[in-house]
Amino acid sequence: MSDVLLDVADLKVHFPIPTGGLIGGRTRWLKAVDGVSFSVKRGETLGIVGESGCGKSTLGRAILRLIAPSAGRVLWLGQDLSGLSQEEMRRHRREMQIIFQDPLASLDPRMTVGDIIAEPLTALEPDLPKAEIKERVRSMMSKVGLLPEMINRYPHEFSGGQYQRIGVARAMIVRPALIVCDEPVSALDVSIQAQIVNLLMDLQAEFGLTLLFISHDLSVVRHISHRILVLYLGRVMELADRDSLYREARHPYTRALISAVPVPDPLIERSKRIEFLSGDLPSPIDPPSGCVFRTRCPHANDLCAAKVPDLEPVGTDHQVACHRWREIG
Amino acid sequence: MAVIDIRNLEVGFDTPEGKVQAVNGINLSVDRGECIGIVGESGSGKSQTFMAAMGLLARNGTARGEILFQGEQILGLGSRALNRIRGNAMSMIFQDPMTALTPHLRIGDQLTEVLTTHKGLGKRAAAARAVAMLEQVRIPEPARRMRQYPHELSGGMRQRVMIAMALLCEPELLIADEPTTALDVTVQAQVLSLMRDLKDRLNTALVLITHDLGVVAGLADRVMVMYAGLVVEEGPVETIFTDPRHPYTQGLLNSMPRIDRAGEERLTAIPGQPPNLQRLPSGCAFRPRCAYAFERCEQERPELEDIAPGRRKACHRERLEAVS
Repeated sequence: MSDVLLDVADLKVHFPIPTGGLIGGRTRWLKAVDGVSFSVKRGETLGIVGESGCGKSTLGRAILRLIAPSAGRVLWLGQDLSGLSQEEMRRHRREMQIIFQDPLASLDPRMTVGDIIAEPLTALEPDLPKAEIKERVRSMMSKVGLLPEMINRYPHEFSGGQYQRIGVARAMIVRPALIVCDEPVSALDVSIQAQIVNLLMDLQAEFGLTLLFISHDLSVVRHISHRILVLYLGRVMELADRDSLYREARHPYTRALISAVPVPDPLIERSKRIEFLSGDLPSPIDPPSGCVFRTRCPHANDLCAAKVPDLEPVGTDHQVACHRWREIG
Repeated sequence: MAVIDIRNLEVGFDTPEGKVQAVNGINLSVDRGECIGIVGESGSGKSQTFMAAMGLLARNGTARGEILFQGEQILGLGSRALNRIRGNAMSMIFQDPMTALTPHLRIGDQLTEVLTTHKGLGKRAAAARAVAMLEQVRIPEPARRMRQYPHELSGGMRQRVMIAMALLCEPELLIADEPTTALDVTVQAQVLSLMRDLKDRLNTALVLITHDLGVVAGLADRVMVMYAGLVVEEGPVETIFTDPRHPYTQGLLNSMPRIDRAGEERLTAIPGQPPNLQRLPSGCAFRPRCAYAFERCEQERPELEDIAPGRRKACHRERLEAVS
């Protein structure tokens, strides 16, 4: 078990939604993440996929404790992070970083790129000499494909793909063990997407990085991930190694998702069978009883409404949460 | 006769930093029942070409050339004359449905207005047509939706309402600008199948503007690939995908990870950045990112030329052989 870096057990993030008036109004709960468990090995990429509202971004943030989980445990190398004080958590921050879809949206446009990249480092090691910081920033810039001589430039002088390289450099500067990548290529042009995906895979190979790759794009996820977790309404539907998931998905939701992704080949795209889902996503404030997917599932029966399906093994490194996976084949 | 015939279209914008040329002389026509896919990345001019056709250019934009809609020149028409056509014989749908829906009007009022204005229908007849159209775009409980406001619907439903609105008058031409980009993949599949149905059943001419080659593969009959305001390659959909002749088209196809392939090998990314329209290189705009570029590409802009029946490309290289 020594190679398990991260172990997430029954993690829940419930947001309070005030309803009614000041007096007598009761609080309802939006269950963004509702009992998610998985573990990630060192050096592995776990893809986390699902459509809008499935809780994938909340899950990523809750693992880093950027959002406080409501229940459950996050074990980092066997140590429970959930009980740690802010101060103790700070020490772990260095090992876990995050990159966002729009990396510069939350950054000060008046800071130079060098300062932006250095910020996590100076926060963690305030006593580091200036020259040393600059040296590390320059070397990280060239590592991620930015010209080190651009260190004193401002964000607006860069393009979309370069922004994301800045985001990657900023995450990498403290040499983390884990990076949560939250839709890191979704806003990029196709030709640039490939550059960033290649960069992340190169960095992983060089530094043994562990990646949680959160994305709605199942094609990119297939390319970059070793294992994949499928989320729907805050719950895990299926968890499997890449090839099992894409070749023999067991969950009706996973199958519908995969069948719906357009393939850039007219012959395949025009002859394939799409498994359409009926209806719309239910509200996470008032999710269906039993299996949360049942209201849109073509195979649902009474059992699915009555009982929440457990995540059960269907093969080596392949688990599915569906009462009927055996019958539907 | 083509439903829309665009000739030598140029679109430019005046900016504080000077004139920016977004579209640099485009020719294209679309027939009834045909879907043409316009593919390109940011700054390719793919959207502005059709914003010009709809008379929707930003205030600092100017267009020159000809845009013939069913034989009539519509470029430069005032909004009153355009409104006879827009939303009636020619409709457009956008990536963000809120650009087409009015937030403070009920869905029903917005839908029926199209019919009472353009088709002279009475309120009751218009409402019946609107409900039927909502059913066609697979909106559950259409009668209830008619009384709701846009914010009460999910994103996917709003997108379908906008499509319903665009289709109410059964337009001759539907321009869809990234119609499914903001949608979840399962909803996208539904919207695309709806558009396919429309083309087959009503013979609507369809312009599909997108960055997603997968979407194009499923719907388009012909494909135009744009880069920096120019068409760089054009041809029937099968040949564009199986036998791309322009280095940019080839690069786009190679850089896409595919869901039907196990991803072991590295993606072949196109190096460099998308073009900056204010600082375009001399000669071929794609040259700085092109693995096949040679001296002539620097000196001379390649013209769009016929290379096979129905196929054209703008590239000095006749064949794309590996260059060392």
